[in-house]
Amino acid sequence: MKKLINSVALGVATILGSMATVQAQQADTLAAIKARGVVNCGVSTGVQTGMSTLDTKGNWAGFEVDFCRSLSAAIFGNPDKVKYVPLDIKTAFTTLQSGGIDLLARTATATFIRDVDMNLAWAGVYLYDSQGFLARKSLGVKSAKELDGASICVSAGSNYELNLSDYFRNNKLSFTPVTANSRDQNEKNLSEGRCDVYANVLSALAAARTKMPNPDEWVVLPEVISMEPIGPVVRQDDFRFFDIVAWTLHAQLAAEEYGVTSKNAAQMRDTSSSPEVQRLLGKSGDFGAKLGLDNDWAFNIITQVGNYGEVFDRHLGDGSPIKLERRLNKLWKDGGLMATPLLR
Amino acid sequence: MTQGIDAAVRRPGLLKDPRLQRWGFQGLIIALLVLLAVLAMGNLEGNLKQRGLSFGFDFLRQESGFEIAFSLIPYRASDTYWRVFLVGLTNTLLVTVLVMLLSTILGFMIGIARLSKSWALSRATLLYVEIVRNLPQLLHIMLWYNVALRNMPAPRQAGSFFDVIFFTNRGIYIPALKTEYPLLWIGAVLISIIASISVCVAITRRSDAVGRPLNAWLPSLVALLLLPISLFFATGDSLSVSMPQLKGFNFTGGWVFVPELSALVFAMTIYNAAFIGELVRASILAVNRGQREAAFAIGFNWLQTLRYIVIPQALRVLIPPLGNQYLNILKGSSLAVAIGFPDLVSVFTGITMNQTGRAIEIVLMTMATYMLIGVAISMCLNLFNSMTRIIER
Repeated sequence: MKKLINSVALGVATILGSMATVQAQQADTLAAIKARGVVNCGVSTGVQTGMSTLDTKGNWAGFEVDFCRSLSAAIFGNPDKVKYVPLDIKTAFTTLQSGGIDLLARTATATFIRDVDMNLAWAGVYLYDSQGFLARKSLGVKSAKELDGASICVSAGSNYELNLSDYFRNNKLSFTPVTANSRDQNEKNLSEGRCDVYANVLSALAAARTKMPNPDEWVVLPEVISMEPIGPVVRQDDFRFFDIVAWTLHAQLAAEEYGVTSKNAAQMRDTSSSPEVQRLLGKSGDFGAKLGLDNDWAFNIITQVGNYGEVFDRHLGDGSPIKLERRLNKLWKDGGLMATPLLR
Repeated sequence: MTQGIDAAVRRPGLLKDPRLQRWGFQGLIIALLVLLAVLAMGNLEGNLKQRGLSFGFDFLRQESGFEIAFSLIPYRASDTYWRVFLVGLTNTLLVTVLVMLLSTILGFMIGIARLSKSWALSRATLLYVEIVRNLPQLLHIMLWYNVALRNMPAPRQAGSFFDVIFFTNRGIYIPALKTEYPLLWIGAVLISIIASISVCVAITRRSDAVGRPLNAWLPSLVALLLLPISLFFATGDSLSVSMPQLKGFNFTGGWVFVPELSALVFAMTIYNAAFIGELVRASILAVNRGQREAAFAIGFNWLQTLRYIVIPQALRVLIPPLGNQYLNILKGSSLAVAIGFPDLVSVFTGITMNQTGRAIEIVLMTMATYMLIGVAISMCLNLFNSMTRIIER
């Protein structure tokens, strides 16, 4: 009896103790990452061509993956200190909220509820995308307005589901959703005729088209029904870490703007007389230290992963099978929306 | 030592009072549980506050804004999350009830076939049981969804059964009954079925009591049809049949069994029937062979032996594990999430949770719901068990 009481008391004390530490814990994500030695980075499930793919040797690649690698390069000077956590959109935000990952690099559109109600924060936009439809050419549909009564494949729990409902309500049309958890299942459902069209962002549709048995049989409908600002997401409990994530993206954009690439970064650091290039590459100023990082943080990002244009081209643009147009994702000076706060 | 015992006998200290020990210990356990609950709530509150989140069920009144592919109750994107919960709940109940019924029927056939004297039949069912129950349920579901039901034709090339039932890769379409009072009709049909079964049971019992056969099926049929027919004349309802018709991309009109539902029900029925078959076999074997021989000896035929000797005793063995299997079916129905059938987990714990971020509230609600359904199933089986128990004299 006494032994039992003792052990119960010990158990209660342990619980109380562990709770006290939870209460006392201040969110210092950077210190936690450095102590851990890896960035816990949420990506999509490794079957999303262009965004995240997992090859047979266990190597991750893709646009999302490269954002994780950039952050790892900024923090550790090594792009490979990342633990990839593959997440369906349905579980992505809960995992981030509960602290299972440090940041969500996975394709995720910024929305009011996610920002304000779920207390998450978008540390910038790495892709301006739009929702559209992929259909079989033989279906003979020219416009999304002709889709009355169609079965539409869409990812479960995504905001695309909501956009779709809004669009059909606006246009007084009806549709039947066919929901799946992964792009993989959606593409399978589409190619096997479970649905008539597949609704997703253009980058996903372009990737899906390349994966169809005969890509030429498929067409992305001309209409787009939304504007999707997509970017890396963090919790609102640590604004120092928010800054690091935000400036990881800004550094890549600034590098493209200044003409710094993974090839010429080392040479430009030594020879460039441009003060902004010198600040970016850590030759002057102490921007790295102000973020709590090494002063060559941005240099590491650019040499080890690349500037924004290089990353886009490698995974989504002309250097990839997807061949997505850069459209809004061009730099501001080329007529796009991509811009960065001043590095000064 | 003896001194100590003497002292205790003479002056039983308050702490050594057995009653106090007994009640005090119970009280201590309850106090600890309450403390743990309070601490857990405090912990939850602290963590939520730290992450800047709130706790509440107000979100249930908000508009969901998404469509659901399959619903038994009317639902539109402009309905609330509470409605989404109800859609998920009714879909989960539909799958559970369908699978429970079908797998029980199939399971009984398999269990009896396993005991068949025909070597081929008993071996074939053994093979079925061993293959089916050693594969994960999820695999069955994926197989049915991604392979078996995929080879159906597209709507525009639909195969049909006399232009009444249509088979497509979007679902199986059957004619639907259209009525002005759907709830009234569902209620009436349910009551009629219960009434009919009750009449049948009552007459059978009476027949056993008086010791001669009484006609049970005619009164049962009357009980089954009486209420719906009188309802039809009383309301003057214009029942009509809506035939499925190809319009645009899909069939409209009629009732549709979407492939997600068919795959889930087929796969779960086949999987669970293997287990139920083994339960049935075991419970029949549990009845001593001598009992059957004795029954034959006093002139019972095969059916009477089964009806009066084997089944009443086998049910004693069968019902408790069958209840467990039914609970497995209830919980297994949540695998719907893998193929996108909008059951409670898929549509509420999945989609709604991600759209609202209310993880804790939604998980609590889902847990409570499954627990309540589970308890209800157990209670029904206990009731059935006590109704059919052997009255010992």
